[in-house]
Amino acid sequence: MPKIKLTEYATNLVKEICAKFNNNEGELINVLHQVQNKLGYLPAEIQELIAQELNISAAKVYGVVTFYSYFTMKPQGEFPISVCMGTACYVRGAEQVLDEIKRQLRIDVGETTPDGKFSLSALRCVGACGLAPVVLVGEKVHGRVATVDVKKILAEYKSGCLSDKE
Amino acid sequence: MDKIKLTIDNKEVEVAKGTTILDAAKQIGVHIPTLCHMKLHDMGIENKPGGCRVCVVEVEGRRNLAPACVTEAAAGMNINTHSIRVINARRTVTELIISDHPFECLTCAKSGECELQDLAHQMGIREIHFEGEKSVYREDTSPAIIRDMDKCIMCRRCEMMCNEVQTVGVLSAINRGFYAVVSPPFEQNLDHSVCTYCGQCVAVCPTGALTEVDHTPAVIRALSDPSKTVVVQTAPAVRAALGEEFGFEPGTLVTGKMVAALRRLGFNYVFDTDFAADLTIMEEGTEMLDRLSRHLNGDKTVKLPILTSCCPAWVKFFEHQFPDMKDIPSSAKSPQQMFGAIAKSYFAEKQNINRKDLVVVSVMPCLAKKYESSRDEFAVDGNPDVDFAISTRELAALIKLANIEFKALPEEDFDHPLGESTGAGVIFGTTGGVIEAAVRTAYELHTKKPLPKLNFDELRGMEGVREATIDFDGLPIRIGIAHGLGNARKLLEDIRSGKSHFHAIEIMSCPGGCIGGGGQPYHHGNSDILIKRQKAIYQEDSMKTLRKSHENPYIVKLYEEFLGHPMSDKAHHLLHTSYFDRSKHFEQED
Amino acid sequence: MAENKMHILVCGGTGCRASQSEQIVNNLKAELESQNLENDVRVLTTGCFGFCEKGPVVKVVPDNTFYTEVKPSDAIDIVNEHIVKGRPLQRLLYKNPKNNYKVTNTASIDFYKKQVRIALRNCGFVDPENIDEYIGRDGYEALGKCLSDYSPSEVIDIIKKSGLRGRGGGGFPTGLKWEITSKEKNDQKYVVCNADEGDPGAFMDRSILEGDPHSVIEAMAICGYCIGANKGLVYIRAEYPLAINRLKIALSQASEYGLLGNDIMGTGFDFDIEIRYGAGAFVCGEETALIHSMEGSRGEPTFKPPFPSVSGYLGKPTNVNNVETFANVPVIINKGAEWFSSIGSENSKGTKVFALAGKVNNVGLIEVPMGITLREVIFDIGGGIRNGKKFKAVQTGGPSGGCLTEKDLDIPIDYDNLIKAGSMMGSGGMIVMDEDDCMVSIAKFYLEFTLDESCGKCTPCRIGNKRLHEILDKITKGKGTEQDLERLKLLSNVIKDTSLCGLGQTSPNPVLSTLLNFEDEYLAHVREGKCPAGQCKDLLKYEIDPDLCTGCTLCYRNCPVGAISGEKKSVHYIDQSICIKCGVCFQKCKFKAISIV
Ligand SMILES: Cc1cc2nc3c(=O)[nH]c(=O)nc-3n(C[C@H](O)[C@H](O)[C@H](O)COP(=O)(O)O)c2cc1C
Ligand code: SF4
Ligand code: SF4
Ligand code: SF4
Ligand code: SF4
Ligand code: SF4
Ligand code: SF4
Ligand code: FES
Ligand code: FES
Ligand code: FES
Repeated sequence: MPKIKLTEYATNLVKEICAKFNNNEGELINVLHQVQNKLGYLPAEIQELIAQELNISAAKVYGVVTFYSYFTMKPQGEFPISVCMGTACYVRGAEQVLDEIKRQLRIDVGETTPDGKFSLSALRCVGACGLAPVVLVGEKVHGRVATVDVKKILAEYKSGCLSDKE
Repeated sequence: MDKIKLTIDNKEVEVAKGTTILDAAKQIGVHIPTLCHMKLHDMGIENKPGGCRVCVVEVEGRRNLAPACVTEAAAGMNINTHSIRVINARRTVTELIISDHPFECLTCAKSGECELQDLAHQMGIREIHFEGEKSVYREDTSPAIIRDMDKCIMCRRCEMMCNEVQTVGVLSAINRGFYAVVSPPFEQNLDHSVCTYCGQCVAVCPTGALTEVDHTPAVIRALSDPSKTVVVQTAPAVRAALGEEFGFEPGTLVTGKMVAALRRLGFNYVFDTDFAADLTIMEEGTEMLDRLSRHLNGDKTVKLPILTSCCPAWVKFFEHQFPDMKDIPSSAKSPQQMFGAIAKSYFAEKQNINRKDLVVVSVMPCLAKKYESSRDEFAVDGNPDVDFAISTRELAALIKLANIEFKALPEEDFDHPLGESTGAGVIFGTTGGVIEAAVRTAYELHTKKPLPKLNFDELRGMEGVREATIDFDGLPIRIGIAHGLGNARKLLEDIRSGKSHFHAIEIMSCPGGCIGGGGQPYHHGNSDILIKRQKAIYQEDSMKTLRKSHENPYIVKLYEEFLGHPMSDKAHHLLHTSYFDRSKHFEQED
Repeated sequence: MAENKMHILVCGGTGCRASQSEQIVNNLKAELESQNLENDVRVLTTGCFGFCEKGPVVKVVPDNTFYTEVKPSDAIDIVNEHIVKGRPLQRLLYKNPKNNYKVTNTASIDFYKKQVRIALRNCGFVDPENIDEYIGRDGYEALGKCLSDYSPSEVIDIIKKSGLRGRGGGGFPTGLKWEITSKEKNDQKYVVCNADEGDPGAFMDRSILEGDPHSVIEAMAICGYCIGANKGLVYIRAEYPLAINRLKIALSQASEYGLLGNDIMGTGFDFDIEIRYGAGAFVCGEETALIHSMEGSRGEPTFKPPFPSVSGYLGKPTNVNNVETFANVPVIINKGAEWFSSIGSENSKGTKVFALAGKVNNVGLIEVPMGITLREVIFDIGGGIRNGKKFKAVQTGGPSGGCLTEKDLDIPIDYDNLIKAGSMMGSGGMIVMDEDDCMVSIAKFYLEFTLDESCGKCTPCRIGNKRLHEILDKITKGKGTEQDLERLKLLSNVIKDTSLCGLGQTSPNPVLSTLLNFEDEYLAHVREGKCPAGQCKDLLKYEIDPDLCTGCTLCYRNCPVGAISGEKKSVHYIDQSICIKCGVCFQKCKFKAISIV
């Protein structure tokens, strides 16, 4: 694993967040959430620092990070794509949509495109089952997506014009 | 205590409330197979994740089968431990475990001692009905331990040992579902972690997932090289356990046969680490008295308590976790390393052998000693003081390999000069032994009077933390003892916060001390074995004519001929060491 | 919401927000302002109306006009037509699909007709970000009553008599659970609200927290009073940002009003609530796992007993209840146990919220009295199967449940009947499947879910489910044998019998129930290598019918891998060795010339 050096910003951020939770080890998951929200991901060095601040073992932190699918150790793409694979979406064709996205981006779930633009994940029910199948790009919900729509949706982001107009 | 009655396999049994079905069944001789569960009764160590599900039984009226190891017996329960439903489930579960396991018994270090292998045998498994993907992991080799996680069955014993008992915190379950496995942080190798190499994870692993690094091929190579003089030292705890590998009752002393076997294996000199243990006492005891008297005379620069330093896992532990206190432990090397240093200087000179042609092999109950012997500071120009450290188990393997009929061997004596020892050296093998040995010598050196009695029962036992005050002829010396690193941590934290009132503390990493070391024959969760080994150690001590280190004539001679006196410059150079801060510092960009 | 004459309620649930309902609110406000109507008409953002299928949904009260599929640009027309001219905007009214009549009033929409709203009573009616509206609808009255008029054991008695059972899946009697926890002697106890909602395809808990967070807060405080706890924790999925935000707002408003904190309503009772976040692990819905997760550890379940009621969070007695369970409590106190127990069936009282999804016309959140039949739910409320297809099965209980078929449609839905029929209530997911759904694939889908979500602690679930999945995968690829079906059964039963927690104990249910109800379909896969529903990719082919193909080249131009060849105006062909079975050509062809065989 290549060692990265933590910036002063990141070090201070982690220390502040831990301190906000009184360096209480029971707050580990809350700490991880906040740090990931700020930094986008949880590299090993950050986890070690969190372990030190909360006075727990790095093994424990890593065990927790790898248990919960919400946490990631890889930087996400500029546009993280999440395909809902909840049941409602599945029975309305989410798998085909996912396959199509994989094919178009040439990446698998959990990966990021080499240009750093898109990363792909599958998640369970975002609670917009009425719009099934659902694809999230960042925070934006695309509903009733068919395989034929995939190209269009991706193009919207590829060109860089994040259109608010619909 | 409340008693309850229940029925197991049509037999009524009365047990105390809170007893598990597993223990209740045991009381009436009903054996229920287990795999993940492990309980070291007298040491308060228990692993019961209830995860393997091999121990399921049928409890009348319940929808699902119940795991016997975690289900409490309740009044009126009617239990069947071998119905068709139970047998089918147990066997299927076993098959499932095997379906995710490599078929490598023929070349596996654990073969013959493997609890999974035994289980498969007991279940009469001949075919695996479920095939599929197997978990595959990179093998991790460190200076002492090999992790081959393909063989891990997720019993979580190692995790419990490392975190709860040792509080080292190297291991944790990671990932989830089928890809869950136990691992050091970030799936790095052990040698990048804070692992102490105490080997307690290896000692409890039911399979070949965790084993020791095998030094026997290198030893065989050295033995077959005519240009080398090969000497061997055997640690005190080895003789109290080696017999188990050859069918002797646990607790049988096999010192003489062990020496005979080593000779037959071709070692040129069979020496004893106990000799070095006596030497350790001379150095450590003197250092202790020195610190003590300076302290009593008001020297504020002296730190008390003094801590023993003969356990390398303990040394690595404080280097990582308490680096701020690295000047408290005695600077004395461990007996293994003292032996190596003396063998490759004093003995080599005496015999006129170039140190490069002298190979020092040690037989240890310990896996940390493999690591210790590889530390840079214990080598001269790249030539280590101790070349190879093999475990009790590896020695047994060598003896078996050489086709030596161990039981039929005569009892033989160690060679001189490094084979003579006192009872004080022997008791290094158990918790409380090092400090008792130190007290025997320090008392006489300090008071200049002979000890009224030699056995310090107040220092003996299996309690995790013990303390006693010994009267040094009017001077009360407060002594603390901890075995198991979790217990050591407690004492260290007291010291750090200024609450500690001890003058001297003995710390051993392994529960029970070296008799419970990570290189000993597997105890398979039976703590009676440890207690028997402890008894054997004290038995050997009581059989000795000399029982105080400073009375060892060869030690006296060594000082006269070579070292001068304890803590002399030469002694310092050869027998003392210093410690490093191994706590991680975070690299930060400016 | 008394002082204004007219209200426009805009759904602010996750579904409708995804289709820009926030923009609708802004546009409505802007339009009202431009016409100087902002003081006569209030625009409110509410929680989910349930009718997500037709979202975004807008309702005008008091006349109860219901607009569906509203776009931000429709705001001007709504104001001009409905508000200014006082007549409903015809083009946005809901059309009854059965007769194409436009419906103005919610009460006469089939989707709502058979519903009885208790847990969802306020969802879609109040602004969840305004505590006054909750109070305006009898909010916090129940807490007041409990604290001043009843002893804890009297409240427990009411809950026991009401017959309320846990809505989180297990159906354990709520009053009894409270009683057990109340009897534990300890200086510190906890009330935990389980808002982990892991069942993919269920979103009732989220909707309640988004639409009516105060009802849960009030109930938790009541529970705290009963069991002797002054600390509450809500464990909520991090994937629910809107619910989290609304809950936070509600908590701070409740504290401001003295409804949380010290000496609540001057009665000397203290109660506080904290939020804990999940992080994407279904198993954390299981209560022991949830507790470990709240303690900052891996969410691995532990063996019960001890139950959380005895030893839970930080080893203290802890009462864990589901969101929907809590949402029922204040009404029960207000209206009485008799009222509640008069609704529902013999052993299952009250209502249940279901997330109706899949191949029905009306996807959404519904609340129905226990004892209603599946037929009523699917065909009356759900409006039947989409695109005129045939009903095939309905899965209740999410990945832990089983599928039910035609023969089960008239069973009254309650905890016990569903179990008898081979499924379970679960948290209330209800996924409807039609003739196009392959039941082997469905079983495989659910298993993939459990496989992903298994914590890995126990052998049967960690390895057993993996093997089950592998066998199913083999079958969907046409490589299964009849022996595999036997293996599936044997393994399923052992996994159920020996797993440590509810996840493993129920994970084979989808396999067993599809095997039971659709054995033919399995046999078709293993004997003939065919997928009757035409869903298993490896077992199907796309073919162009030369009689129907007009040579329009549309398929040719859209095929992503260039598997189609043919000249303009002549018949096209698919090269099966290149085709990746993406189905694009099938979707694109305007002449139905492409078929799945
Ligand atoms: C695998 C698994 C997942 C569960 N998920 C949930 C969940 O998402 N929400 C929930 O309220 N209960 C869930 N439960 C049930 C809880 O363990 C617990 O029984 C429930 O929260 C108790 O509340 P109730 O009595 O109000 O239903 C789950 C159980 C299991 C075994
Ligand atoms: S761990 Fe046991 S079962 Fe596995 S290969 Fe080694 S001896 Fe055989
Ligand atoms: S050797 Fe000791 S410290 Fe290292 S992993 Fe094993 S138990 Fe932990
Ligand atoms: S490595 Fe060994 S002790 Fe550790 S979990 Fe695996 S099988 Fe058990
Ligand atoms: S107690 Fe003994 S066996 Fe254990 S690590 Fe220390 S020296 Fe080695
Ligand atoms: S059944 Fe599955 S989720 Fe539950 S404890 Fe076992 S492995 Fe974990
Ligand atoms: S199914 Fe997809 S890949 Fe196959 S021919 Fe049609 S468009 Fe091309
Ligand atoms: S299943 Fe996809 S949003 Fe619910
Ligand atoms: S021995 Fe009981 S579950 Fe493993
Ligand atoms: S989200 Fe708007 S009706 Fe459900």
